[in-house]
Amino acid sequence: MTASVTCREFVGFLADYLANALRPEEVDAFNAHLAECPLCVAYMNSYQASVHMGRKVLDPDDLPVPDDVPEDLVQAILAVRPKA
Amino acid sequence: MLEAVLDTRRSETLVSRLRQGDSQAYEAMVRQESPRMLSVTRRILRNEEDAKDAVQDAFVSAFRSLGSFEGGCQLSTWLHRIAVNAALMRLRSRKRKGEDSIDHLLPTFLEDGHHAVEPAEWRDDAEALLASRENCAFVRECIDDLPDGYRTVLILRDIEELDTDETARALGMTANAVKVRLHRARQALRSLLEPRFRRTTG
Repeated sequence: MTASVTCREFVGFLADYLANALRPEEVDAFNAHLAECPLCVAYMNSYQASVHMGRKVLDPDDLPVPDDVPEDLVQAILAVRPKA
Repeated sequence: MLEAVLDTRRSETLVSRLRQGDSQAYEAMVRQESPRMLSVTRRILRNEEDAKDAVQDAFVSAFRSLGSFEGGCQLSTWLHRIAVNAALMRLRSRKRKGEDSIDHLLPTFLEDGHHAVEPAEWRDDAEALLASRENCAFVRECIDDLPDGYRTVLILRDIEELDTDETARALGMTANAVKVRLHRARQALRSLLEPRFRRTTG
């Protein structure tokens, strides 16, 4: 990464930036770029929104759980129960 | 809190009965846990027969591993992880066709490093957009549209919250490959979502 960050570099390392995985001087370069590039601000915001939306709609605690499971599946599982 | 303690105690009682070979306890566990496990495997495999087979595999694996279940978490949490692993094993054994490319969904740049296509601001924040059921369904469809290899990494890292190393072991790839795939999957998802959620002018 160069001392002054291009949009390509910003997007390329965005995941590391958001995960706090960059060195301090890299973070400074990223922040300086964000201060002058509204396009990368827009990209970052929509990237974060996408991640957030994916987590919310597929939240394991909100899984669309069927009321029951096909009886043939239950019987198949019981039939292959390993001997203790 | 009390509910969690009671659930843990119920799990421990059930596991104790399972270890003693109690058939009724086994059937009770299957009927109780299989709906949720089927949801998990469906999400990863996207094929009903494979998803059901993975649930069977998961119960076989769970029964054989009962000795290693130490309690301390609910039985359903433990079975959830076993179901994820069973689904991943099925996914890996699928005959590999060439995976669809997502290059067309990644951002492009000019020679000087500027965006070739200006990313748009979105018309609202994520929470506001998710208030709509149609929008939630749209997001799920877009995730489903991602090629298997990218979708799986996204699910394991961002949804199942496995760390990079766990995900790498589960998928038989390097940690760096997982990081690259995850970032690309997120970028691709963003590209699929943008046409619907971008702020329109005029």
